[in-house]
Amino acid sequence: MMFEDDNFATFRDGFLTTVELSAVSALFALLLGTVLAAFRVSPVPALRAFGAVWVNVFRNTPLTLLFIAVVFALPRLGVHFDSFTFAAMALSAYTGSFVCEVLRSGINTVPLGQAEAARSLGLTFGQTLGQIILPQAARTVLGPMSSIFIALPRNSAIAGAFSVSELYNAQQTLTDKGYAILPIFAWAAVAYLALSFAVRGVFRLLESQLAVVR
Amino acid sequence: MSTATRSATVLFDTPGPRARARYRLFGVLSLLGIAGLLWYAYASLADAGQFDGQLWDTFQYKAVQQRILDGAVATLKAFALAGVLSIVLGTLLATGRLSDHRPVRAVCTSVIEFFRAMPLLIMIFALYRGAFASQPMWALVLGLTLYNGAVQAEVIRAGIAAVPRGQGEAAYALGLRKTQVMGLILVPQAVRSMLPAIIGQLVVTLKDTSLGFVITYPELLYAGKVIASNSPGYPYIPMIMVIGPIYIGLCLALTALAKWLEARSRRGANRRTPVAA
Repeated sequence: MMFEDDNFATFRDGFLTTVELSAVSALFALLLGTVLAAFRVSPVPALRAFGAVWVNVFRNTPLTLLFIAVVFALPRLGVHFDSFTFAAMALSAYTGSFVCEVLRSGINTVPLGQAEAARSLGLTFGQTLGQIILPQAARTVLGPMSSIFIALPRNSAIAGAFSVSELYNAQQTLTDKGYAILPIFAWAAVAYLALSFAVRGVFRLLESQLAVVR
Repeated sequence: MSTATRSATVLFDTPGPRARARYRLFGVLSLLGIAGLLWYAYASLADAGQFDGQLWDTFQYKAVQQRILDGAVATLKAFALAGVLSIVLGTLLATGRLSDHRPVRAVCTSVIEFFRAMPLLIMIFALYRGAFASQPMWALVLGLTLYNGAVQAEVIRAGIAAVPRGQGEAAYALGLRKTQVMGLILVPQAVRSMLPAIIGQLVVTLKDTSLGFVITYPELLYAGKVIASNSPGYPYIPMIMVIGPIYIGLCLALTALAKWLEARSRRGANRRTPVAA
């Protein structure tokens, strides 16, 4: 059967790497997206323009091309990391720009009075944004945010084509060993369904705890 | 731009003289920072010899240009097929999900949920290895169709739910059957109102055609990779500088189309309103 010998280990390690890669990329995408969103609403035109260009470039570039850029181009510039780090870089840069756009749309939903009240208390732009606006914005956009982070493990499959040993890579390895594609596909399907179910569950929980409805 | 200014006024007052001076200072500092970043990027590219003529010579060959063009055509071909098929599949699945028959509903719902949760690459690879080893294009197109069809189904379903109830009721009152109500009344209105969202998903479809790269379908990215790995000096970076803007341009053009349609349909709605009142 398919799970004799080391095959189960291949599959399990692939699953764990997928989880790890998704988690690391999610963290950096959140950080990057928040910084970019702050840029895009800042009072400094140069930063706004920088944020806009960044987001438009990364949202409209295929993730596969980003992977190629990171994996094949960076070493030509003397930047060398392991393939996991490269994959995390491509995934965070891509996902971060989506996080930025969602956060920005959330900022637009925060009532004007909140910022006015913050300013009248004497908070600076940074304090207003960080303590008053962003927390509310983030809680409003939990829904769209969840679809970004449900898509992330799915997108991470591309890393397998660039020699990160995650689930897609495991599928490829097992297929190359000559096992029938259908059962392998079924196992991969179960694993990804479980992952996206788990992420969805986490966001449901967050929404029930935090969501702000306007 | 108007949203930027609006969100801007949420966050800060019209600046006074001191704030303006401070913003100017920040502006200059961030300009310097951005210029520094750009310079650093340029310098490291130049240091690595990425602007040497020899690396770019490759792109002067007719055969190479032809190959890029062929790649772009192959990309657009897969995109066109997958786009049309995914909208057709999406419509079918959306109507299936709204069916009166519980089994049909259940089947369509689970099909949608399944294909939305599966990574496209895994499906494309399975289709390629399982059935279309000699025709990678169809593996790519079918994979794209299944995934994007499932997403489009949800978009169209939301559109159907947004059609005013009276439309369907009126159609039933005229004696139309369920199929006719769906096909003649609800779906056309849903597709029209959801057109921007549908095109937004088409942008995703277009970007995802680059996954054909993994199963050796000779689309734009694959063509670029082959050119870069077969040319003297391995011009990966020049290749990315050529291919990237093509993708970004195509996606931005589609996004612009969606925005234009949205603006147009809003204008149309405004024109109709006085008549209704």
